[in-house]
Amino acid sequence: MDAPIFETRALTKIYRTGAVEVQALRGVDFEATRGEFVVLLGPSGSGKSTFLNIIGGLDRATSGVVRFAEHDLTAMEERELTLYRRDHVGFVFQFYNLVPSLTALENVQLVTEIARAPMRAEEALAVVGLADRLDHFPAQLSGGEQQRVAIARAIAKRPEVLLCDEPTGALDSATGVRVLDALVRVNAELGATTLVITHNAAIREIAHRVVHFGDGRILSTHVNAGRKAPSEISW
Amino acid sequence: MSALHRKLLRDLMRLWPQALAIALVMAAGAATLILGVGTHGSLAETRAAYYERSRFADVFADLTRAPEVFADEIARIPGVGAVETRISKLALLDLPDMVEPASAMIVSLPDVREQRLDLLHMVRGRPPAAGAEREVVVSRPFADANRFDLGSTFTALINGRERTLEIVGIALSAEFIYAMGPGDLMPDDRRFGVVWMSERALAAAWDLTGAFSTVHLALMRDASEAAVIERLDDLLTRYGGLGAHGRKDQTSHAFLDAELKQLEAMSKILPPIFLVVAAFLVNMTLTRLIALEREQIGLLKALGYSDLAVGRHYLEFVAVIAVVGAALGVGAGTWLGMGMAGIYSDFFHFPFLVFRLDPSVWAVAVGVTLAAALGGAAAAVAGVVRLPPAVAMQPPAPARYRHGVAHRFYRALAVRQTMVMVIRHIGHRPLRSLGSVLGIALAVSVLVGSLWVYGSTELMIDVTFHRSDRQHATIGFARSRGASALADVAALPGVMVTEPFRTIPVKIRHGAVVRRVAISGRARDTDLSRLLDADFRPVVLPETGIALSDMLAKILDVRVGDTVEVELLERDRRRVDVVVTAIITAYLGLGAHMDLAAASRLMREGEELSGVHIAYDPARRDELFARIKRTPVAGFVALQPVALQKYRETLEQNLHIMVSIYAMLGMIIAFGVVYNFARISLSEQGREMASLRVLGLSRGEVSGILLSELAILTLAAQPLGWLLGHVIAGAMVRGLENELYRVPLVILPEVHAWASLVIAVSALASGLVVRRRIDRLDLIEVLKTRE
Repeated sequence: MDAPIFETRALTKIYRTGAVEVQALRGVDFEATRGEFVVLLGPSGSGKSTFLNIIGGLDRATSGVVRFAEHDLTAMEERELTLYRRDHVGFVFQFYNLVPSLTALENVQLVTEIARAPMRAEEALAVVGLADRLDHFPAQLSGGEQQRVAIARAIAKRPEVLLCDEPTGALDSATGVRVLDALVRVNAELGATTLVITHNAAIREIAHRVVHFGDGRILSTHVNAGRKAPSEISW
Repeated sequence: MSALHRKLLRDLMRLWPQALAIALVMAAGAATLILGVGTHGSLAETRAAYYERSRFADVFADLTRAPEVFADEIARIPGVGAVETRISKLALLDLPDMVEPASAMIVSLPDVREQRLDLLHMVRGRPPAAGAEREVVVSRPFADANRFDLGSTFTALINGRERTLEIVGIALSAEFIYAMGPGDLMPDDRRFGVVWMSERALAAAWDLTGAFSTVHLALMRDASEAAVIERLDDLLTRYGGLGAHGRKDQTSHAFLDAELKQLEAMSKILPPIFLVVAAFLVNMTLTRLIALEREQIGLLKALGYSDLAVGRHYLEFVAVIAVVGAALGVGAGTWLGMGMAGIYSDFFHFPFLVFRLDPSVWAVAVGVTLAAALGGAAAAVAGVVRLPPAVAMQPPAPARYRHGVAHRFYRALAVRQTMVMVIRHIGHRPLRSLGSVLGIALAVSVLVGSLWVYGSTELMIDVTFHRSDRQHATIGFARSRGASALADVAALPGVMVTEPFRTIPVKIRHGAVVRRVAISGRARDTDLSRLLDADFRPVVLPETGIALSDMLAKILDVRVGDTVEVELLERDRRRVDVVVTAIITAYLGLGAHMDLAAASRLMREGEELSGVHIAYDPARRDELFARIKRTPVAGFVALQPVALQKYRETLEQNLHIMVSIYAMLGMIIAFGVVYNFARISLSEQGREMASLRVLGLSRGEVSGILLSELAILTLAAQPLGWLLGHVIAGAMVRGLENELYRVPLVILPEVHAWASLVIAVSALASGLVVRRRIDRLDLIEVLKTRE
């Protein structure tokens, strides 16, 4: 088996707000290999988003170790975390988070302008099937199209990892399937390790591996013997 | 406290920096209003009280000599309430420890009766004993400037005879608030003073026993000043009257009046600027607050709050800010006003200061501040009132952007996307962006509108002292003398160049407009004291006709070729029509000039001289001054270098105070506008900025977006600010202009640079304050929520 690109050991996260302490993660040990497509399942508050944010360099662990390739994320400064996100990580969020004043193409160019070895923005949009919508502003695109622009923006830098938090959460089934299809294709074509958070159990079937979160821990891990194509699922 | 009021308080606490920035701009508006109106009101009131307590006269006349009994006849002029006769004469002084000659106006005090008008305000000591030849009272500023006290002595050349005088009293007088020596441009308390002596002693020295040379009148309440003056002039003709005049032409009153008018004019320029900016800031901030609270507004209405109740809630929000701003402004304005009135009061040597805390001024300040705030809020609140609850509960439609014309250029020029964001965001709400540009421009304009005075003053000094009146000194004769006097002056030690002149007091008239001026008769082509045209080139006086200063020509509404009527105030009071043959540039006073020979013809006399302008060898200055002080050549000596130094001192002190206040106010506007714009821009784009941070843009790159936006607005505001600054400077020039002096409108290039620099620093400071918030953006929170 390949060396893991991600590795966490005894990862914990405690949020303190005033006198209240919330333990979001209670010792998570996790590994993911290059090119793997992992679905993280679990109810709200199970810690999966906190986990994703920490390995994406958006948040810091309270204790434990996070390693990305040979880097120790827990030891990184704010500035290094920014560079880590810029060079290695692609994010996709439930609410797309596109810049409303930039067109589809320009939203992708935001990233290609600062990445080390990006693909062309047009190319990234072609991968997600939006080659004919380059000059549309977000307000002129449907939800599914906006999410695919977000995916194009995430993949244009040729990231090693693609982190998606509820990417289909705001979409209907048919549109969601197109978005998932784009994610699977990107995973296959670019070889980016892809982690998808969802509480939609139907999506588990497109993954190589499914990880169940509960109460800040990994409850179980399940390897899919046969993956389904996104077009074969619905909810 | 109702739930809505609690919401109001919490909103204010949450938005306190923005609310404070707006309140400060309002405070500046209210403060400048109170400062201007309050200072003016206090000084005007102080002057009125001072005039009343000291029974300041209404009509003044100088004459050669009239018997004391003639005062009774003057008293019988209808409308005259009181008559005060006296002797007043100029005298040269020789002060201990001072090389230059000083001069004094020597005024008699009645020995046997009480003073009827222009009472002295004794500060220390006592009046001179009747007939005491050595005892004098001196004006306090003169005593202070020369460190004299009771018992000090100095020498005076009284009617050609040296006399040692001893100070027995120190006093102030409403008649000499602005005490200026003959030929001087500014009061110089060291070199000019007022000296009061026993009438009997003074009359003996000037051979005026039982006679007077000056008469002051107080008028009854509804008397006609013009009619009294006309009657008095008729009566005094045979006693050598030099033309009576009202307070308007009394030197001290005229200068004081000009100062007060300037204060009043200035108090009208600044406050409107602040109130306009405040109204705009209220509009901008409230519009954003309402956009953010759209759903709450819908909820409140759905719960049963009326449209008016919800609208009133937002008006109250603004009203609280306005009241805080007005309160700060009233406090600061009152404090500054007291300070300013104190400075003026010291400058004028008022014996007391009436600082009027007029509640009506406060009410006006609070009222206009509230009006500006509510005016700014009107449109935004009207939107709240109209918003149907069902629509309000839905999220607003996403911001729609369209391709502008610049779209192709961005690609062709490979403009970075972050810069495209900046440009599109500015263009997305053009009115708000324009409003901010205007706000910053007004801040720039306040600075341009104050900093220009330095360059202008320098030009005034250059024209007046270096191009026009270039003599080292002017020796004035106590009474006009024949042509031989010129040789006497030329023979003084160290005198290198002499230029004689004749001064003729006249009334000059065109149509219904009349002014009292002194015609200066002078050689046609002079080198020391020169006349300049509009381009500052020396003018050679025509052989005939009269040359008027531009201000006098403007007041009389005459051009070259027009005819004015000149009424002689000396001798026979003839009226002569004279053609205006030249207009000359002068910043100080109203001037009229004639060829010396033409002046002699006008007076029907041989060549008579009033004085001589001289240039002297600086190495022999002390010798020259020593001689002047001892020989009865001069009635007074005006010294140009000393005048220039005094002029600079006085102006610089006053200008520094004014410019510092303006600069601070300009910075308050700039900070207020930029800070509020930045906060609103951040509130609108915070989510995008957090997304960009997630995408891997650094803090610097993300805050660069906001700072670039501010930089573009600030930059765009500069040319407009310069332009508006010129408008303000123009308004100030008009406000400062009076018949005694005017200020040329000269705005040097560096004024623009300084104004822009100060505003840029202020904008950068507010930008950096907001940058700290960008650095602390919560990346996770923003991604979890829909806008």
